[in-house]
Amino acid sequence: MKLKPQTKQKIAFALLGLAAVVVIIPVAVILIILIKRGLPAISWQFLTEMPRMGMRAGGIFPAIMGTLCLVAGAIGVALPLGVLTAIYLVEYAKKNWWTRMIEIAVVNLAGVPSVVYGLFGLGLFVIFFHFGSSIVAGALTLAIMELPVIITSSKEALMSVPRSFREASLALGVSKWETIRCVVLPNALPGILTGSILGVSRTAGETAPILFTVAAFYLPRLPQSIFDQCMALPYHLYVLSTQVPNVKPALQYGTALVLVGMVFSLNLVAIIVRAHIRSKKQW
Amino acid sequence: MVDPKIVVKDLNIDYGGAPALKDMNFSVMDKEILGVIGPANSGKTSFLRALNRLNDLDLGCRMKGSILLNGKDINREMDAEEVRKKVTMVFALPIPLPMSIFDNIAYGPRRHGIKDKKKLEEIVEKSLRAGYLWDEVKDRLTSSAMKLSGGQQQRLCIARTLAVEPEVILYDEPCSGLDPISTAKVEDAIRELKSRYTQILVTNNVKQAARVGDKVAFFLMGELVEIGEANQLFTAPKDKRTNDYLTGRFG
Repeated sequence: MKLKPQTKQKIAFALLGLAAVVVIIPVAVILIILIKRGLPAISWQFLTEMPRMGMRAGGIFPAIMGTLCLVAGAIGVALPLGVLTAIYLVEYAKKNWWTRMIEIAVVNLAGVPSVVYGLFGLGLFVIFFHFGSSIVAGALTLAIMELPVIITSSKEALMSVPRSFREASLALGVSKWETIRCVVLPNALPGILTGSILGVSRTAGETAPILFTVAAFYLPRLPQSIFDQCMALPYHLYVLSTQVPNVKPALQYGTALVLVGMVFSLNLVAIIVRAHIRSKKQW
Repeated sequence: MVDPKIVVKDLNIDYGGAPALKDMNFSVMDKEILGVIGPANSGKTSFLRALNRLNDLDLGCRMKGSILLNGKDINREMDAEEVRKKVTMVFALPIPLPMSIFDNIAYGPRRHGIKDKKKLEEIVEKSLRAGYLWDEVKDRLTSSAMKLSGGQQQRLCIARTLAVEPEVILYDEPCSGLDPISTAKVEDAIRELKSRYTQILVTNNVKQAARVGDKVAFFLMGELVEIGEANQLFTAPKDKRTNDYLTGRFG
């Protein structure tokens, strides 16, 4: 049987459309379940109070604050380090075995399972550097986990700035660093920011890396310094779901909803930042 | 006898394979316009990029011989930024930076340390006037340079190089993407600048070299075949290959 090209095209479009819809389904289902079951638990008290009665009642405020601290700490360390590495690799590094080693290392870093990062953080930061189980140790562990994402997306962003811009600037006698600072970086910024924030938002939900390095099982107060332990949303969710008997499911779903909400709002920030910078961008 | 502005001595360049330039020797006088003609792959662009050391960016590029600017060796006695500030380049395709017209012109001076707003405004106006663009853009200096037409963009690029007060301006086929009217305006700008700058114009357009060049050099396969006064070279070329190229037998 011979199909007309138009018919073939319609079938192809239908298949492609179907694939796209299938992708949406899990996201939609997860969100619907979370909202349906978690929303009733969410209240001002839930968001701002300490957990009580062995976490069976009260709120999740310390876990929210803990996760915020970890995310902020991780991004504070990983963003500069990652962007500077990317600038070095794209703009300065010669193409030799040393550069290739760094690039391979970055790629491999991205493939390391998160629980291994947790053990690494435990060994290096908690024990070797004597940070103890603390926000510093946790944030640093998360930072290392974010690095490959930040480096890779920053590299892509830097490489997407046309070489002609660099040459136009250099041809005016402007130094290489000034060229990078004034021409390359501003134009690469949207890409760098989006990639980085997406990377960060992913680690915000990681449990394994913070398990050994910072997360407290039950700590109904706010951390006083960066060398304190703290609660964190993903670990709190794990504890609620598996370690504490007789917890109302609404609390679990509520916690999950807050976590997902935080990750989504981080992504939203990335999208807004990108749109804002793009609207000012002139090419 | 006046000292020449640029002296090229035994210049050889290769990019890890066949030589791009072979044993070039010649000089360019101050405030002269040198037209460089030749078919594709004849080494014209390599030559220009050697003059302001943009070849440094190509890791595979190897160079022998020397280029003197005002008697100083640009590769051994000057650093790259210093060379490029004195010898600026206008590229084949106009490359406005993604910023406003004003910022494009002020970009070079700002990077070289001029912060004063009055001074910058002065430089921008002067450069745009010299680049024959002022009247067309004076009312919209803050709008994006990307929105200008191709010919305007190329004159903007010329004005931008003028703003860093160079001594030599290199043009790499500056009109290859432009219509005849824009081309005429760019050529006007080049002629107008003759009183102050030494200019080297690489072009695929033989007639353009005849229109604006004082002297013309003919490159072929990386060799300098002939260099001479424009009138002489176009009316009575000494070398048969020049004649063949000019009369359209090849290239």
